[in-house]
Amino acid sequence: MPLRHYPAIVMGHGAGGKLSSELVEHLFLPAFDNATLADLGDAAILELAGSRLAYTTDSFVVQPLFFPGGNIGHLAVNGTVNDLAMSGARPLFLSAGFILEEGMPMQQLGVIVESMAGAARTAGVTLVTGDTKVVDRGHGDGLYINTSGIGLIPPTVALGPQYVQPGDLVIVSGEIGLHGIAVLSVREGLEFGAPISSDCAALNGLVVAMLSTVPDQAAIRVLRDPTRGGVASTLNEIAKAAQVGITYFENKLPVHPSVAAACEMLGMDPIYVANEGKLVAIVAPDAADQLLAGMRQHPLAAQATIIGEVTTSHPGLVLARTGIGGTRIVDLLAGEQLPRIC
Amino acid sequence: MKYLEEFRDPQIARRMLDKIHILATRPWAIMEVCGGQTHSIIRNGIDQLLPPGIELIHGPGCPVCVTPLEMIDKALAIAAHPEVTFCSFGDMLRVPGSGKDLLRVKSEGGDVRIVYSPLDAVKLAQANPQRQIVFFGIGFETTAPANAMAVYQARQLGLDNFSMLVSHVRVPPAIDAIMAAPGNRVQAFLAAGHVCSVMGYWEYEPLVERYHTPIVVTGFEPLDVLEGIRRTIMQLEAGEASIDNAYSRAVTRSGNGPAQSMLASVFEVVDRGWRGIGVIPQSGWRLNAQYRQFDAEIRFAVQDITTQESELCHSGQVLQGRLKPNQCPVFGTLCTPRTPLGATMVSNEGACAAYYQAGRFHLNAYEQPNTTI
Amino acid sequence: MCLGIPGRVTEIFEADGVRMGRVDFAGIVKEVCLAYVPEIEIGDYTIVHVGFAITQLDEASAQESLRLFAELGTLTHELNPMQDG
Repeated sequence: MPLRHYPAIVMGHGAGGKLSSELVEHLFLPAFDNATLADLGDAAILELAGSRLAYTTDSFVVQPLFFPGGNIGHLAVNGTVNDLAMSGARPLFLSAGFILEEGMPMQQLGVIVESMAGAARTAGVTLVTGDTKVVDRGHGDGLYINTSGIGLIPPTVALGPQYVQPGDLVIVSGEIGLHGIAVLSVREGLEFGAPISSDCAALNGLVVAMLSTVPDQAAIRVLRDPTRGGVASTLNEIAKAAQVGITYFENKLPVHPSVAAACEMLGMDPIYVANEGKLVAIVAPDAADQLLAGMRQHPLAAQATIIGEVTTSHPGLVLARTGIGGTRIVDLLAGEQLPRIC
Repeated sequence: MKYLEEFRDPQIARRMLDKIHILATRPWAIMEVCGGQTHSIIRNGIDQLLPPGIELIHGPGCPVCVTPLEMIDKALAIAAHPEVTFCSFGDMLRVPGSGKDLLRVKSEGGDVRIVYSPLDAVKLAQANPQRQIVFFGIGFETTAPANAMAVYQARQLGLDNFSMLVSHVRVPPAIDAIMAAPGNRVQAFLAAGHVCSVMGYWEYEPLVERYHTPIVVTGFEPLDVLEGIRRTIMQLEAGEASIDNAYSRAVTRSGNGPAQSMLASVFEVVDRGWRGIGVIPQSGWRLNAQYRQFDAEIRFAVQDITTQESELCHSGQVLQGRLKPNQCPVFGTLCTPRTPLGATMVSNEGACAAYYQAGRFHLNAYEQPNTTI
Repeated sequence: MCLGIPGRVTEIFEADGVRMGRVDFAGIVKEVCLAYVPEIEIGDYTIVHVGFAITQLDEASAQESLRLFAELGTLTHELNPMQDG
C-alpha cells in the first residue's frame, strides 16, 4: 500500500496506532534486524546462561507531570515492571535515565523521585543504575524519564500470542480508560473535574496470583497491558500476531460512569484510552471461570470480566458486537485519538 | 449517564427494529444530514439491522468534510505565521488541504492547539497579549452560537489579538440543493437534532411543501435514530409529507431565541462553497460589518489562495449520497484514514472513514460468534 | 456535527459579564456557558455542545418518549408474537 510521505515525525507516530506501527516496521525493524526484536513483545525474551531473561525499556513523556492518582515517576517504574510481568517474568532490576529541563523546580523532582522509590519498593524491584542529563530551558517539558528493566521468567511459564487458540476467552482485569481520562482532565485547554484517578499500579503481584490460580499455567496464553492506544490496540496486536479473530461485546466492557461521561463529552471511545494498571489475558475456556474468581480476590482485579473470545473468522481483525446487536470492526487508529465536536 | 443510557436500551432497540421491519413494505431512501447521526448509525451497526430495502444515504452533515479546500489552505497559511497561536476543534487537525494538514504545520513548528470550546481561545488571547490568537470557526448551526459568543466576548473585552476564521454552513439550503439536484434519490430526511435545538424546525416547513418530502427531526442515540427512521417510514408508507419532531426533549419548533439573536447580531448569511459539492447560495455565515475586524481572512490577508483537490478523490459524490464509500475506486487502497485524499476519510463522521473503521469492505457485517458469555 | 450531551447544572455564576455555570455529567464537572439558557436553574438538565448549553432538556418529554418506546415494543409483540425481527 502506498504510504503518504512523512518528511517529519508527527505526534501520531507516538500514539501506539498505525503510524507508530509503521515507524517500527519500516524504520527500526529493518535497521536492527533480529528475530527477538521482530517478536515485538512487551519485553524481549533472552536465553542467557540457561535461564530466560526478560528485558524491556519504556520512555515516559506524559504531560502534565502530575495528574490525579500519580505522577510521571509512578508511571516510569510501574510501566516497565508491568512490561516484564506481562511476559511472565519476575521483575528484578531497573535502570532510570532522566532528561531534565533547565529550570525544573528541584522540589518537584524530589517528589517524583520519592514516588519512584515508593513504587519500586511496592513492586519489589531495585533501581540499580541510572543517568541524568539536563537540556536547555524550553526543551524537555520539565522532565522525560526512560526506564529499562530485567526479570527472570520461571521455567514453567510460557506466554505469548503464539499460544492463543480459537475458542479462548478474553479477560480484562478491571475498569478501562481511567488513566487516559485522569490525565486529560488536567490537560491545559480541556480541564474538567473528574472524580477518578489514574489506575497506575504494578501488576506483577496480580500476575503471580493468576499463574498460581490455574491448575495448568498453559491455560493462560498471553498477557498484555493496554497502555497507549487502549484495549483496542492491545487486542489488535494480539489478533495480528496470532492471526486469529477477536470478538468482544461492548456491553461487557467495564467502564466507570465518569470515564464513559468524559468520553461522551470529548467524543472519544474508552476502548482506545490508555490504562496503566490493567491487563488483558487470553485464557483457555475451561479455566476462565476459575481464573476470574481468583483474579477478583486480588485488589487490582476486583472487577475482572470476560469481555470476548477468540475466533477463526476474520483473522487479524477485532470485531465489536454493539449493544443493539450490530457489529463493527475495531481497527487501530491512524494516530492519536482527538477530541471531536461532531 | 442520565438521559443518555436509557436511549440505548438494547431490548427496546430490538423491538423498535422489529416494528420497522413490519412497517416497511417497500424500498425507501432516507438521508440523514448530520455527521453525528452517521457516526451513531455506523458505530452501533443500525444500518445493518434495518430491513434490506431501507437505504440510509449519508448526507453532507459533517462540517469538517464540507469545509471548502480554500478554507483549509487559508488555515494552514495563517497557522504557519510565527506570531499566531492557531486554535481549533480536534476534528480539523487531520483534514488535508492542498498539500498538508494542521498537524503537519504543528510538526513544522506552528503553534497549533486543540481547544474544547471557542471561549478557551478567547482566554488564551487574554492571557497572551503578545500572540495573535486565531480560532477556526467551523460548524453547522449548532456550533455557530458558541463561535458567535467568542467574537462577541472578544469585542466586549477589547481584545485586538483575537480573530476568527469563519466557515459556517447552514442545513436548510443544503437540503434544498440536494432535493433540487437532477438524479436525486432521496425521499425523506432525518433532520439534525442539535441543529434544530438551536434553530428550531420552522425553516424546514417550506422544504416539506416544495418537495413533498417527509422531514423528521431526529436525535443521536440508537433509540432516537430508530424512532426517527420509524416515523419517517410511517409517513413514506402513507404517502404523507410533513415535518415531525422525534427529538422533543431537546427541540421545539421555534428553537433557541437567545442563540438566534446572537447569531443575527454577529453573522450575516452569504453564499458558501461546500467541499465536493460547490457553491450553495445563502448557505453560509460570515462575520457582519460590526464584527469584521475579527475576521482572520482579512487580518491575515489570505483572501486569495489557489487550491488543488486530489483528482482521485470522490468526496463530493459521497457527500451528495450518489456514491457509497466502498464504491469509490480508491477507497481502502490509495485512500485510507492513514492516507486520506479527502475530508470524508479524515473526519470521524465522514462516511468514508466510518465505512473504513467499521470494516465495511472487510467482511460480512452479520458475523455471529457462536459462544455466548 | 453536533456532539451534545446531557448534564445537570450544579452552579451558576457570572464571569466577564457572561452567564456561566458548572454542569455535572455522571461525575465529570465542566465549566459551561449558560448565556443561551437564561431560564435554566440549578438541578435542571441541559444539552452541552463545545462548552455551551444549547437547550434545556425537557425531562417530562424525555420520560414520555421512553414510556412510548417501551410501549411500542410491547404492542408489536402482542400483535406479532411469532414475528422474527
